[in-house]
Amino acid sequence: MINNPVQGEKSIEGRHPWLLSFDKLRSNRVALFCLYFLAVIYVLVLLAPFLAPYDYRKNFLDKSFQSPTRIHFFTTEGKFLFRPFIYDYQMADRITTRYEEDKTKMYPIRFFVEGNEYKLFGFIPMKTHFFGVEAPARIYLLGADQYGRDVFSRLLMGGQISLSIGLIGCLITFPLGLLVGGISGYYGGIWDTIIMRSSEVLMSVPGLYLILSLRSSFPQNMSSTQVYLMIVVILSFIGWAGFSRVIRGMVLSEREKPYVVAARALGQKDLVIIIRHILPSTLSYCIVAATLSIPGYILGEAALSFIGVGIQDPDTSWGLMLAQAQSHRVLTSFWWILSPGFVIFVVVLAFNFLGDGLRDALDPKMKVIK
Amino acid sequence: MIPVLLGISFLSFLLMELAPGDYLDTLRLNPQISAEQIDKMRVQFALDRPWYVRYSHWLGNAATLNFGESFQYRVPVTQLIGDRLFNTFIVAFASTLFSWSIAIPLGVLAAIYKDSIFDRIAGFLAFAALSLPELFLALLALWVALATGLFPVGGLYGVDYDYLSPVGKALDLLHHLILPTLVLGIGGIASLMRLMRGNFIETMRAEYVTSAKAKGLSDFAVYFKHVFRNAINPLITVFGYSLSGLLSGAFLVENVMSLPGLGRLTVEAFFAKDYYLVMASVIMASVLLMVGNLLADILLAAVDPRIRYDK
Repeated sequence: MINNPVQGEKSIEGRHPWLLSFDKLRSNRVALFCLYFLAVIYVLVLLAPFLAPYDYRKNFLDKSFQSPTRIHFFTTEGKFLFRPFIYDYQMADRITTRYEEDKTKMYPIRFFVEGNEYKLFGFIPMKTHFFGVEAPARIYLLGADQYGRDVFSRLLMGGQISLSIGLIGCLITFPLGLLVGGISGYYGGIWDTIIMRSSEVLMSVPGLYLILSLRSSFPQNMSSTQVYLMIVVILSFIGWAGFSRVIRGMVLSEREKPYVVAARALGQKDLVIIIRHILPSTLSYCIVAATLSIPGYILGEAALSFIGVGIQDPDTSWGLMLAQAQSHRVLTSFWWILSPGFVIFVVVLAFNFLGDGLRDALDPKMKVIK
Repeated sequence: MIPVLLGISFLSFLLMELAPGDYLDTLRLNPQISAEQIDKMRVQFALDRPWYVRYSHWLGNAATLNFGESFQYRVPVTQLIGDRLFNTFIVAFASTLFSWSIAIPLGVLAAIYKDSIFDRIAGFLAFAALSLPELFLALLALWVALATGLFPVGGLYGVDYDYLSPVGKALDLLHHLILPTLVLGIGGIASLMRLMRGNFIETMRAEYVTSAKAKGLSDFAVYFKHVFRNAINPLITVFGYSLSGLLSGAFLVENVMSLPGLGRLTVEAFFAKDYYLVMASVIMASVLLMVGNLLADILLAAVDPRIRYDK
């Protein structure tokens, strides 16, 4: 009791600043909702091969552009069935690619069914899929694409690429930008000039032009892993410039503060001062900046794959899936091909709301106009 | 500006050099072109020289505005880029005009009626609009054009453009510009509106506003004579930043909606490995960006007498 005079009442002074920020974030319903939403999306995408009913690369040419499968609860006689079922689809009109349900046989939707083999998380060999129907019927929750591949399965698998690029890109850009910005701000002089001039060069080329000219220094035909790495490298190469300029500014103002002078007087090495003492003060900015920069990576990948210089068929990403919608016929007749665009929009929106909420929560010093 | 341009040109030249293969690779696959002819072209295009020789040569020419010849079309690059640059400029200009003329009144209204239902809805919509990928938006616009038939499906000029009267030409261009302008402008509206609202609210708290109100000026006079002119300055600075995003956006929109702009040319040249053309377009896009920034700086000095660039 003597040690803790404020016990029994909620002490605000005694709480760690991070906890205070977390409280603030929790009171922001929209941001919190976005956080949970993104967490769910990432888990779904991580479990993609299990949740996807089919192999995302497998063609079914007789189901080209099949419309989304309708899920039924009532039989043709009007009887309610507890287990939903579907009908198989048959091509009704070859010219307009219209499909109709073949109502002669019902195919109940079953859970935990055997399907194609895959490796969960890349190493657990499995055959079980979350749901599916008996062959020859195929369940297309979001329709089929040109080659009869399941758009839903491709959307999930494409998410693995589209969503991870942002995270990995941040993991590269931020340490790099911190170090470069830190050195530039701390030492000043010739290093500062070189680094700042080169970041200026990078920033004065409009984004996509720069991306395309960077892309041209790589071979046009590469394996999908190489393409993936290339996209990450390109987007990170562009990303560090703006970020490290801000860090430099922050380090510059931090450099002369008493605690840094004290550390220097104690004989700490420069690099230790930068990393251990100065950079942690930029942490809250980094978290916000990272959250708000992930959409940039998602959109950058989408743009590259859309133009045709990124991820290539039969692999998939959201941008590549949208590329199919470029054809006028597809665009007007098969709306489900646009679904990746909608998913990109929702994910980007969630990241923006979350970043905005984090900024309010983490940085009470920043001017927030309410 | 010049050192940055030098840096950009060096960077893009270096990247082109790192690229495996060259334009002649595609020609080699053509059985109608003999090996001697290819060798001749190698010498003609100076592809047999080391890169630094070619770069210094290119740089010397670029100083006299000669950016080299396109491999593909065999005409000076400047000739190819000129029209395309103009088209990109028109699209960017139209969408800037559009987004400013919508965003500023909206931002002011949202600030004056702060926390009203209008402000909340506008704020939410702005956030949603900011997150709409231009790629997706362009596809949706294309869909609108195809489904309604009210708008041209692609391009910037109608087929009969050359035979139209000057008024007809302007109307034709405007008709073609509507959708690209909307697609590119929406993101700009959202960010500018949020910024305008923020600045306006902040300026309303200034002491001179209180004193203006105290001496009995009408709300209208306070808002538009005192607050507005001070609140708009930061937006002019943002104009420079937004231009980069605008050009990138135009790049995508041009490719989706098949507009004959710089972005489309660059992609085509990239696939044909037409080095000088890619390089020149990248540099031209950067020049456009820098000129925009310069204009923003000049405009800012003109609007805000406190800013002087000479020391």
